[in-house]
Amino acid sequence: MVPLLNVAAFPIKVKKDLGENLLKKDKEPVFITCKSCGRRALKKDWQNNYYVCPVCGKYRSIGAYYRLSLVLDPGSFGELNADLKANDPNDFPEYKDKLLKQKQKTGLEEAAVTAVGKIGGHKVVVIVLDSRFFMGSMSSIVGEKVTRAVEYATQKHYPLIIFSASGGARMQEGIYSLMQMAKTAAAIEEFSAAGGLYISYLTHPTTGGVTASFASLGDITLAEPGALIGFAGPRVIEQTIHKKLPIGFQRSEYLESHGFVDMIVERSEMRSTLLKLIELHNK
Amino acid sequence: MIEKILKKVEKLDDEIKKLEKTQTRETKDLVKSVYQSDEALESIEEEYESWDEHGKEIDKLKQMRNYFLKDCAELTPDEKVYLARHIERPHIDDFIEGLFTDFFEQKGDHLFDEDKSIYGGIARFHGIPVTVLGHRKGHTLEKNMEYNFGMPCPEGYRKALRLMNQAEKFGRPIITFIDTPGAYPGMEAEEHGQGEAIAVNLAKMSQFHVPVISVVTGEGNSGGALAIGVANRILMLENAVYSILSPEGFASILWKDSDRHKEACKLMKLTAADLLEAGVADEIVREPVGGAQRDYATVMSNLDKVLYKHLKELRAMSPTEIKNDRQLKYRKIG
Repeated sequence: MVPLLNVAAFPIKVKKDLGENLLKKDKEPVFITCKSCGRRALKKDWQNNYYVCPVCGKYRSIGAYYRLSLVLDPGSFGELNADLKANDPNDFPEYKDKLLKQKQKTGLEEAAVTAVGKIGGHKVVVIVLDSRFFMGSMSSIVGEKVTRAVEYATQKHYPLIIFSASGGARMQEGIYSLMQMAKTAAAIEEFSAAGGLYISYLTHPTTGGVTASFASLGDITLAEPGALIGFAGPRVIEQTIHKKLPIGFQRSEYLESHGFVDMIVERSEMRSTLLKLIELHNK
Repeated sequence: MIEKILKKVEKLDDEIKKLEKTQTRETKDLVKSVYQSDEALESIEEEYESWDEHGKEIDKLKQMRNYFLKDCAELTPDEKVYLARHIERPHIDDFIEGLFTDFFEQKGDHLFDEDKSIYGGIARFHGIPVTVLGHRKGHTLEKNMEYNFGMPCPEGYRKALRLMNQAEKFGRPIITFIDTPGAYPGMEAEEHGQGEAIAVNLAKMSQFHVPVISVVTGEGNSGGALAIGVANRILMLENAVYSILSPEGFASILWKDSDRHKEACKLMKLTAADLLEAGVADEIVREPVGGAQRDYATVMSNLDKVLYKHLKELRAMSPTEIKNDRQLKYRKIG
């Protein structure tokens, strides 16, 4: 039996993801400024537009629970391995404090939320990496949560959807972080060998060890518009080749034209696209 | 510090070598002259005396060398990083020559390009056909530039996978040598799917039914190392290091200052002993005092024994057991 999260708690977590201060309701922001174009718009308009700037169309990162609420059927959410908490295997200086701050800031226990739920009535396992928590970096617990969720999907023969967003490895966890690449890739390969459908959904930013493991192994690879996707970061590449990178390098559209992405999907089409793909794979 | 010691020792080494050379020549000459004429006998005594002096001097120099080398017995992590990157350290060419026979090189990914930073092919190890491959570094700057300092592009990983897939097909054990600063962070490498190439290697390597043994011989950094390192057994040379990123990159990401790399070395837990404790490395292969570059023969003989022991153990297992053994190794970490 899967340890399920109290389903009633889900809407609260979604609200927290949306930045709603539940205690001081009157202090909720009415306007949100776009980091890209600098224009302000009503929060209501942002929400209706799935947190894509109503003025310029730039995508804003969204929290894991909010994304799940956009994807899953209402009331179908169950969290997997919610009790797995971030740890500090290398006893790295200041790491514990940093973790605590990330937890307080986001209300998350780690950078990955793994869930079982339904899309259009079809059971699915969904993994979401949350870029607000330590840049979605791969810690040993992120690797463990991903692996367990993939193993659960393998066992139950559910389709698997992973929303990747990661700055790469969690430096403070050193070699343990690196080895998660091998662990998660092996789990995906077993899932694939058992005939499961894996949709890899790349969101801003997907880089480093996550790109070089599960994010690149999907049967179908989708991407959000304008997301940074690559292995080495742009700064490192510029330092290596001593040249400025062209505009749009390592963005979703660039990857699509270089043959690594099946389709770029607007956030408003996210759920319907996933549903269509799942139904196309039903026998 | 080790840099200074090694420079001193190097001078002594040269001196000793020079003296030893003259010594053997004289011994040979002596023997020859004994046979040639009786007249030579007289001069022999004189020469013998100088020969003895040589011997004494050599002994003295050797003692001095050992005295210096004493300080190399316990090295700090950043000194190990220095040794792991030493240009004279044995590289894959040396290991193939020293440990294998009948080597047949296989080139190219047969898709797009030949990446010289990965070197490998088929060979025999103790008579057993194996696939051997690894990152390639050279002993000179020219060679290193040709091999891109052992930093592969996607084509290198795809070449490695091609070789390994054949090993799986023909039931050959796979032995990989890891020695890389990391994957090459260039524009083309990204365009050709660096992330995808590494990911596919990790996924496919987890499925092999043949034994896979990886030896970290120098520096093993980041996904560039792991992409040929999903193994049943990971062996590490005593002064080799294995980490998530180069210490310079680590310091640059964490503190925005790559000059703090020595400080990073201390925190990164990247030495062979650290990796053994973390359950990543399975055995440490001893090196001569002062580093592997000082005595190839000892390194080869030590590695040969350990490698053969692990290969024998793995070959006793069934194909399914071998696959499960490898998956379990990584499943347990973290």
